[in-house]
Amino acid sequence: MSTPTQPLPVDPLPMDPMPFPAARECPFNPPTRQTELRETCPVVPIELFDGTPAWLVTRYDDFKAVMGDPRFSSKQMWRFSGSANRQAAEKAETSFTVMDPPEHGQYRRLVTRYFTIKRVATLRPWIEQIVDAAIDALLARESRTADLVADFALPIASQTMCRLVGVPYDDHEWYEERAEARSQMNGDPEVAAQAFRDLLAYMDGLITAKQDAPGDDIISLVATELVATGELDRDMAVAILRLLLTAGHETTATMIATGTFVLLTHPDQLAEIKTDRTLLPGAIEELLRYISMLFILIRTATEDLPVGDQLVRKGEGVIVGPALANKDPRAFEDPDRFDIHRDNRHHVAFGFGPHQCLGQPVARLELGIVFDRLFDRIPTLQLAVDPAEVPMKQTNLVGVGALPVTW
Amino acid sequence: MAEATVEVDVDKCVGGGQCVLAAPDLFDQSDDDGTVILLRQPEAGEVGEAERAARLCPASAITVHGA
Repeated sequence: MSTPTQPLPVDPLPMDPMPFPAARECPFNPPTRQTELRETCPVVPIELFDGTPAWLVTRYDDFKAVMGDPRFSSKQMWRFSGSANRQAAEKAETSFTVMDPPEHGQYRRLVTRYFTIKRVATLRPWIEQIVDAAIDALLARESRTADLVADFALPIASQTMCRLVGVPYDDHEWYEERAEARSQMNGDPEVAAQAFRDLLAYMDGLITAKQDAPGDDIISLVATELVATGELDRDMAVAILRLLLTAGHETTATMIATGTFVLLTHPDQLAEIKTDRTLLPGAIEELLRYISMLFILIRTATEDLPVGDQLVRKGEGVIVGPALANKDPRAFEDPDRFDIHRDNRHHVAFGFGPHQCLGQPVARLELGIVFDRLFDRIPTLQLAVDPAEVPMKQTNLVGVGALPVTW
Repeated sequence: MAEATVEVDVDKCVGGGQCVLAAPDLFDQSDDDGTVILLRQPEAGEVGEAERAARLCPASAITVHGA
């Protein structure tokens, strides 16, 4: 076992540390042991892949308390990463995701204008076009089978991101491969680090290209309005735009495919949505809660701070899991049940606090358009394999790795 | 009976837009940087949605007084 990178906590631990991460029995629920501990020892001492100690927060209220309090810092998240591969990716991060207020807001605010509810709504015709073309492509397949991840979800997510951010879709195989390498839980950390560097260099090149021939995409606007004027330095622009590239497509691709899987395996509720579209927005929120795609979020205490009844010491790492919070019976009745009718708007699938997902409006719009059109145009869509045979991803996002379907 | 009043802290705001989704009659976002614009104070029947917006705000930038 390698030497822990942090000093061991000096106070007596409430229990022996639990190895983290741990295997799930059901793909969308935390491990049963963690669910049990939520009742008896809700701030769990854990041991990470390299022996580093940390705390795992299991309750909804504590999730919000930690994420809403910037004294739990976002700097140096890599110290408490879930794997060596993820650590390599998180070490390379320099965007506002690893800053605290007020610096965090000063940078994030430079790009929030592209993600307002009003501004994102103008993307609708583009996304509708992209989704319809993706469905056309499925229907054109003579085999009447497809992998909904590679043949539908990823192209839609990627093309939408390209339209919004300004990345050329022609490069999609190249950048999708590097995005995946960066997101892997298990893999060669040097491959992840190189993939990250490749994506930064790629973004740098696109800024130069767009300065000479700007369009109405985010890279062009950042290049001409912020970088050219000196309001945003080049390195930070590159870091932020790289974030938009990966966060802008991996996440929505995962939710499109995994959401389809959940709907196909809950046919009664899918039938309700088909006959009553007013149920769709609530269904999307329930898919977000039920899937809780973000595996973990990481913070470091900058002073001694209580989390629930546990005192977390300065410098100690705190890990929160959206699935743990979103399946807390204190926040959601019968939380393991997928129920499109429940009042779930308070879920934390997008996180909480100043770092809460910037791209939420895009995600909601995209999912709304996909699920409005997919089942109308392919009404006989069904799984081509038993649900138990659908492989799950092995990245920092929880979701299906492939989704064999037929119609 | 005192009316409920809404206060917004623009410095805390991160432009998440959750207030606009929860209470579009009460909140808008600046085109410049996405930060919150309080359009008006809530009428009697709108206090519930103002409170919902306050709870959903990720930056805790909205406070409802006197509800």
